[in-house]
Amino acid sequence: MEASPEYAVQMHGILKTFGQFTALDYVDLDVKKQTVHAILGENGAGKTTLMNILYGLYQADEGDIFMGGEKVSITNPTEAIKHGIGMVHQHFMLVENFTVTENIILGDEVCGAAGVLDMARARKEVMELVNEYGFDVDPDAKIQDITVGMQQRVEILKALYRGAEVLILDEPTAVLTPQEIEKLIEIMHDLIAKGKTIIIITHKLKEIMQSADECSIIRRGVYMGTVDVHQSNETELASKMVGRNVNLTVEKTPAHPGETVLSIRDLTVKDDRGIEQVRGLNLDVRAGEIVGIAGIDGNGQQELVDAITNIVKAESGSIKINGEEIANTTPRNTYLKKVATIPSDRHRWGLVLPFTVSENTALERHADDEFGAGITLDYDKMREYTTKLIKEFDIRPAGSEDERMSGLSGGNQQKAIIARMVTASPNLLIAFQPTRGLDVGAIEFVHKTLIAERDRGAAILLISFELDEVMDVSDTIAVIYHGQITGTFAQGTVDENQLGLLMAGGEAK
Amino acid sequence: MSKLEKFLRGRFAAALMAVLVGFAISAVVLIAAGYNPISAFAALFHGAFGRPKYIANVFIKATPILLTGVSVAFAFKTGLFNIGAEGQYILGTVLATIVGVKLNLPMPLQVPIVLAAGILGGAALGAFVGWLKAHFGIHEVITSIMCNWIVFYLCNYVVMSDTFHKPNSSSALAVNPRSYTMILGNWKKSDAGKEFLSNIPWLREILLKTDLNYGFIIAVLIAILASIILTRTKLGYELRAVGFNRDAARFSGISVERNIVLSMLIAGAFCGLAGALAVTGIAPHTITLLAGMEGYGFNGMSVAFIAACSPLGCIPASILFASLIYGGMSVQQTMGAPSDIINIMIGTIVFFTALPGLTPVLANMVAKRRKDQENVRVSKDGTPLPEKEV
Repeated sequence: MEASPEYAVQMHGILKTFGQFTALDYVDLDVKKQTVHAILGENGAGKTTLMNILYGLYQADEGDIFMGGEKVSITNPTEAIKHGIGMVHQHFMLVENFTVTENIILGDEVCGAAGVLDMARARKEVMELVNEYGFDVDPDAKIQDITVGMQQRVEILKALYRGAEVLILDEPTAVLTPQEIEKLIEIMHDLIAKGKTIIIITHKLKEIMQSADECSIIRRGVYMGTVDVHQSNETELASKMVGRNVNLTVEKTPAHPGETVLSIRDLTVKDDRGIEQVRGLNLDVRAGEIVGIAGIDGNGQQELVDAITNIVKAESGSIKINGEEIANTTPRNTYLKKVATIPSDRHRWGLVLPFTVSENTALERHADDEFGAGITLDYDKMREYTTKLIKEFDIRPAGSEDERMSGLSGGNQQKAIIARMVTASPNLLIAFQPTRGLDVGAIEFVHKTLIAERDRGAAILLISFELDEVMDVSDTIAVIYHGQITGTFAQGTVDENQLGLLMAGGEAK
Repeated sequence: MSKLEKFLRGRFAAALMAVLVGFAISAVVLIAAGYNPISAFAALFHGAFGRPKYIANVFIKATPILLTGVSVAFAFKTGLFNIGAEGQYILGTVLATIVGVKLNLPMPLQVPIVLAAGILGGAALGAFVGWLKAHFGIHEVITSIMCNWIVFYLCNYVVMSDTFHKPNSSSALAVNPRSYTMILGNWKKSDAGKEFLSNIPWLREILLKTDLNYGFIIAVLIAILASIILTRTKLGYELRAVGFNRDAARFSGISVERNIVLSMLIAGAFCGLAGALAVTGIAPHTITLLAGMEGYGFNGMSVAFIAACSPLGCIPASILFASLIYGGMSVQQTMGAPSDIINIMIGTIVFFTALPGLTPVLANMVAKRRKDQENVRVSKDGTPLPEKEV
């Protein structure tokens, strides 16, 4: 395609290699002015690398960048900003104990005579921006006191303050609640109406359908083409992204529940600030069924899992596994009762990133006699075991036993955790946000694994903030609100609206 | 990856590079001060390795800093910064002296007990710091610095106390000679020994003119032990897991508190042993009134960082460090060049080992040059680019 002024950004023939690895293989991107352009690809496909090149964080080995038909050279972020490009990273770059205004002007401070910071003028300028775009942000609030959604708006304001015409949003919805996502999409459409252009990096199909005009697809560093979103559907996008047909619906046979495995009675748990988050919760999960907990983040899900895994103490109540009390014992005891947990934050709870893949898959089991008797630990045995898991669970790259876990993509890290948990043949498998940050291919794998574990006879407790996931995968759906289970339904007997009401603290009709 | 590139990405290259840069910068300083750097380095080398007894003294000097170095490296590998090595070392000397003075047992009992007393002192101090961190969240750097001073004055108190003070001196009483860890300590002073040695001058020199003792051998064994603990045992695995990610460790059933205490206890034990070996192995076999920190713990930190915190790497690093310190004295004696030059050199070496990005940059340059060459070759042959990895 020729360079043309109709396009806000054009990247032609971008080649980027890291050592032996080709991250981008002559990729093209043409973004029309005043559109939302999505870049879709699996984890590690090269989406973020492409945008980092546009933002000047990386240099392409080959290829040209055009803006409005003019060839530009961008060798660092300062130049990118000069060309009107702004980027909001997945992990925000904000100073926690600065105010919104201070964060926005940081690095581009308004100074009066003698270089004295003119906060009054800065605040006024920020207010003007906030009002112009109708952002609901208090310029004097500290970052640590505002919600994640608002922090993201501050990041967008930061870019706009520097005169951004083209905004790059890297996985902007990964950290947001459904309501915040809706608000973000509104904001994006507003920005387009005011003449901006938006490039959004994502692997969430639903949001592309809701927000984008066009979508460019990258698969393992190769440009697969651009589609008009309005003429396409989720299934088509998904298969283009992963290169095969993906089943977006979850297939499973009816459950055949057996004995009760997990039984929770009147459980009360406080969070680290001493506030009760689980307030007299009752819950049963039987062998051979998946119980899904639907709820908005912050209604006690984290504390519930922490209490079962014995990371925190329960204030009162009981947690029984096959009739044996495990509340207020140790994480090791939970493990010994054959409870396996896929944690919500895999980097914090699930993995030791500087450890090798092999050292990671041995976590928990290292203390058993499997990898060496007594005080010794046989790293060769650990490696053999890991080789088996890598093969069985298709963890990529193959042969990564001695690679650091931090070098694996998010999806493969999650596979490593799931492999570790599932091979323990648990009686109870807790899956807390098991598909967070994963692409469609990996999500399909996780759901299949959960169902296979159910069919093996394990009790599955699925806790997710994605209502669709809970509704699709669970045999029984329980709603958690304010630290209590406020409703329990068999799959298919309840719809999204009823659950939504309960999740927000209303009454089910 | 070419061999050169692989080498440059290794830890050894980083240390070697730092040493070379250290020498280069000291050369500049020497020239600026009006000395010939070549003869200064020659004097340094001669002062460290020129005679058998010099070599023996280098190993004697290397012993305590090898142990404190292993201690710092061990703690660092488990996510802790043992800045208290100095205090643990001093407490080791104090307890070894107290026990060594008071006890009078047969040698096979006396030596292990005296050493155990030092180990126990260091271990207890380390464990205390670990306990404060594990249960109250007090950072180990703060508590161990304070402990360093507490132990420092405790040492001076013991030296001056009625029970242990040696009259008309600034030292405590020497430990019972049965506590000595000298190599062939009794034999070399016997008539048979003297006669035997008179025929072998080099052996005579190192045995009779230095405090050659078993310390360095023990220290090497400890370095190997530390390495085995870290890489071959469940304990080491847990310690490292806690060091890298406390939350994930706890989640996996590992007791975080217990492991923090254990890590500091072991690190402290190594320093305590260093202190005990200094008392049993080096004249005057006692503690003396301290005017300031002697720096064995702090030099241990330098050793650990030159070794990139590998316990085994501490062995060559401690020898390097000891030879610089010991050989450096003769630079001053033979050339009149201030020994501060040696400190500048040591400082520079440590500074550049702290820049781990240096040698990978060189490796990248090698990789790039190789790639360029490959590209040229490909285009000449007209063959397509190598298959891309997907």
